[in-house]
Amino acid sequence: MNKLKEVVKVGIADLNIVRAPGVIRTSGLGSCVGVVIYDLNQHLAGLAHVMLPDSSLAKGNALNKAKYADTAIKELLDILIEEGAKKYALKAKMAGGAQMFQFSSGGDMMRIGPRNVEAVKKQLERFRIPIVAEDVGGRNGRTIEFNPESGMLNIRTVNLGVKDI
Amino acid sequence: MSFVERLSQVHLDILKEVGNIGAGNAATALSQLLNRTINLEIPTVQVATYDEMVELAGGSDHVVAAVYIRIEGEAPGNMFFVLPPEQVSYFVQLMTGDSTITFEEPPYSEMGISAFLEMGNILSGSYLSALSDFTRLNLQPSVPSASIDMAGAILTMGLIELSQVSDHVIVIDTILEEENSDRGKIRGHFFLLPDPDSFEKIFQALGVNVDE
Repeated sequence: MNKLKEVVKVGIADLNIVRAPGVIRTSGLGSCVGVVIYDLNQHLAGLAHVMLPDSSLAKGNALNKAKYADTAIKELLDILIEEGAKKYALKAKMAGGAQMFQFSSGGDMMRIGPRNVEAVKKQLERFRIPIVAEDVGGRNGRTIEFNPESGMLNIRTVNLGVKDI
Repeated sequence: MSFVERLSQVHLDILKEVGNIGAGNAATALSQLLNRTINLEIPTVQVATYDEMVELAGGSDHVVAAVYIRIEGEAPGNMFFVLPPEQVSYFVQLMTGDSTITFEEPPYSEMGISAFLEMGNILSGSYLSALSDFTRLNLQPSVPSASIDMAGAILTMGLIELSQVSDHVIVIDTILEEENSDRGKIRGHFFLLPDPDSFEKIFQALGVNVDE
């Protein structure tokens, strides 16, 4: 059977889940962090495209949970458990958090990439989800695709080639 | 409801004029720099989601060459000058007279990047000075920074301030085109993304009430 592989696309400040044989993808991560939480036995994975470290930064009324590290990981975890993932089997992989532009001046805003990475790690630690692999920091954009069957995270870049972690 | 969703047609028209004045001045500067005729289309002002905004530049993992400038002063914000890499190669070759410089494949020549930055510097400077004259607000560009990478990775940098307030952005987009180009229609974008608090200042400076 030649069935087209289903690709679930996750936008900016968005999250979603996928079951094998589908894969899940998010494109153009810069300072944002793509975090995958998965249960390999269930062939189930969730991906969040996190933009900001903490929901306390929110100044508006409506809160988009997928946007912030603290709310996105909690939300993703709840959805995965509801879909049948076992908490003890969950693992995580992450990529992104680059610093796309270098400035001599510039305060916290310029460091948003590293801050996002720290915040995601802190949340994963809070829920005791081990980080199996990561490709973070640097100065380059990344497009990532996760396969919940193999557990591999494919990372494509413009200037540094392609790799699997 | 956040400010972004409260904008009326009058506000959008004013922002369009802001884009027109800024980019018009920048297009003139670019024409002089390259000794070519550069035209600009009427700017569009859109209230877009993050994904829609990135789509304007060709999509999240579409490769673009961009110069990023942080606007400092009374109405801070972000500005991007976004071009297809092959267009930058062509512009920089015209500027430097060195036809070996290209931006299609890494590694990029240091000389080339520095010429591209200088181009970004001149363009953003002329965009901002026109804007500053029009609004009488004090605006200064930061030192420009360049990147050749995925559009999503580059443009989300300009959303950090805004994303704390709203899930929508107001993007003032102006398309530049070279006249009589034998290279087909190649387009560049100017994206102006004022910080959330700056809109009020821009409207006030032009004598328009925010809640109009």
